[in-house]
Amino acid sequence: MGISILSLCYFIASVTFILGLKMLSNPATARRGNLIAAAGMAIAIAGTIFLYENDGKRLGNYGWIFGGIIIGSIIGTLTAKKVKMTAMPELVSFFNGMGGACAALISIVEFDYLFQENRMLDSTWFSDVVPAGHYLTIVAGAIIGSVSFAGSMIALGKLSGKIKDFSFRGQHIFNLLVLALVLAAAVFTYQTNVKGANIPFFITVFLALLYGVFFVLPIGGADMPVVISLLNSFTGVAAACGGFLYNNKAMLTGGILVGAAGTLLTILMCRAMNRSLKNVLIGSFGGSSKSDGGNQSEFGNYKEISLSDTAMLMAYSKKVMIVPGYGLAVAQAQHSCHELEKLLNEKGVEVKYAIHPVAGRMPGHMNVLLAEADVNYEKLLEMEDANKEFKTTDVVLILGANDVVNPAAKNDPSSPIYGMPVLEVELAKTVIVNKRSMKPGYAGIENELFFQPKTSMLFGDAKKVLQELLVEIKNT
Amino acid sequence: MQAILNFINQNVELIYIVILMIFLGIEIIGRVPSVLHTPLMSGANAIHGVVIIGAIIVMGKAENDNYIALMLGFLAVILGTLNVVGGFVVTDRMLEMFKKKK
Repeated sequence: MGISILSLCYFIASVTFILGLKMLSNPATARRGNLIAAAGMAIAIAGTIFLYENDGKRLGNYGWIFGGIIIGSIIGTLTAKKVKMTAMPELVSFFNGMGGACAALISIVEFDYLFQENRMLDSTWFSDVVPAGHYLTIVAGAIIGSVSFAGSMIALGKLSGKIKDFSFRGQHIFNLLVLALVLAAAVFTYQTNVKGANIPFFITVFLALLYGVFFVLPIGGADMPVVISLLNSFTGVAAACGGFLYNNKAMLTGGILVGAAGTLLTILMCRAMNRSLKNVLIGSFGGSSKSDGGNQSEFGNYKEISLSDTAMLMAYSKKVMIVPGYGLAVAQAQHSCHELEKLLNEKGVEVKYAIHPVAGRMPGHMNVLLAEADVNYEKLLEMEDANKEFKTTDVVLILGANDVVNPAAKNDPSSPIYGMPVLEVELAKTVIVNKRSMKPGYAGIENELFFQPKTSMLFGDAKKVLQELLVEIKNT
Repeated sequence: MQAILNFINQNVELIYIVILMIFLGIEIIGRVPSVLHTPLMSGANAIHGVVIIGAIIVMGKAENDNYIALMLGFLAVILGTLNVVGGFVVTDRMLEMFKKKK
């Protein structure tokens, strides 16, 4: 009886995951979709706690289970509620890492059971007492979970600026070597004597953690969204390994669904940047950009524009296009941005937003940010539509975006971002760039756009500049 | 070779699910507007928190004197819960902002 109800719980959970993901793909139903998936998750968790039977025995240790769930819920809710919108990518990366670590820990405990059960046997090979499939699901969960955990933590550190890009000669080969060692250690564990199987297993886990670190370390900022998405799908697969291990369909459907969807999302993002997944995986971004040397004077001088000139220019134009970037997110300037839009509208100026798919630190980052400030959905143009409209635009206001408007992506084959589709802002009549300084963007490359005659620089923190600009425009 | 065949044979039902879910996952994501990429990634992130079920099982079947299993299982439950609860709450927070639209 209990078991059939449990199966039903898992069935409901699986269906809610599918429905939830489906509803998440439509703005009108997205929020409900998320809640439905959460409800399904709650059912699956409650069912597992009270109905799961292991060899005919109910689960014990309720104190520990509830204790863990309560601690996790409190920390999870608090961090999720308190964190600023700018730190969303970090947070997703963090929670993803937690899931990966959880999957790895499950595998480690399950391995330990196998090890304890069989260690007393005299001179038997591990492969004789444990079926290959069973071992495979355990070790795969451990490896993928560890890579996902270590990788997510490094991505988190890089996003928050605590860890710098780090690469050295022959890093690709080194990474592949570490990966090969991980697999070799996993195979060796299986082929070894049961008495000593735990040591190579822990070496496998350690190497997998190491691989996770070196996997993300050399990858430059422009690739961070791709990496998070990829690690997200990794954790999905790790969860699915648990599904195999416990013959649990909820874990399997949830895990594989995320694994497949996450992989596709990753590929879509790579395509948006015109790079292959393999290229990203090997992590070649950081190294190549250094060869440029980044000589500032090579493009000549840039010119600055005053706030009042900017205000005049914008107030008397017909159409203004705003290009938001990470700088807008850092400055939390989305509300001021929306006010500027409203003010210009009152003055009869048409205002639209041009959103590059990888502007900010995650795909859709800008959309979320502007949505927070109540910017109308229909004013956000995707890249292709925006590029069509730049020709008829009078003023482009770039707020803290850099690499996504770099013309080098189109005309400089030696540039590391060559081939990435960019917003063709230089088609507009005037370009005003708001930045804090002349420092290059996250990809670490110089932007020729800033030195073009059409372009003027407006230095300062995006929020402060926008607020001052608002006052100036009101006075014109 | 025999081992692999055995594994497939024993888990044929699960393997069917895997194949179907791969196609379903791709199908669902294929139609997502780029606006929703971040919430979707976050939502998917919460869903793979289903790994918590494994953590609960590990924790629940640990013997009272098996301290390794107890400790690691406990940690796994905490981390898994973080993933699930944090993931759903963050996604909800992001989507809340879309809701006010007409």
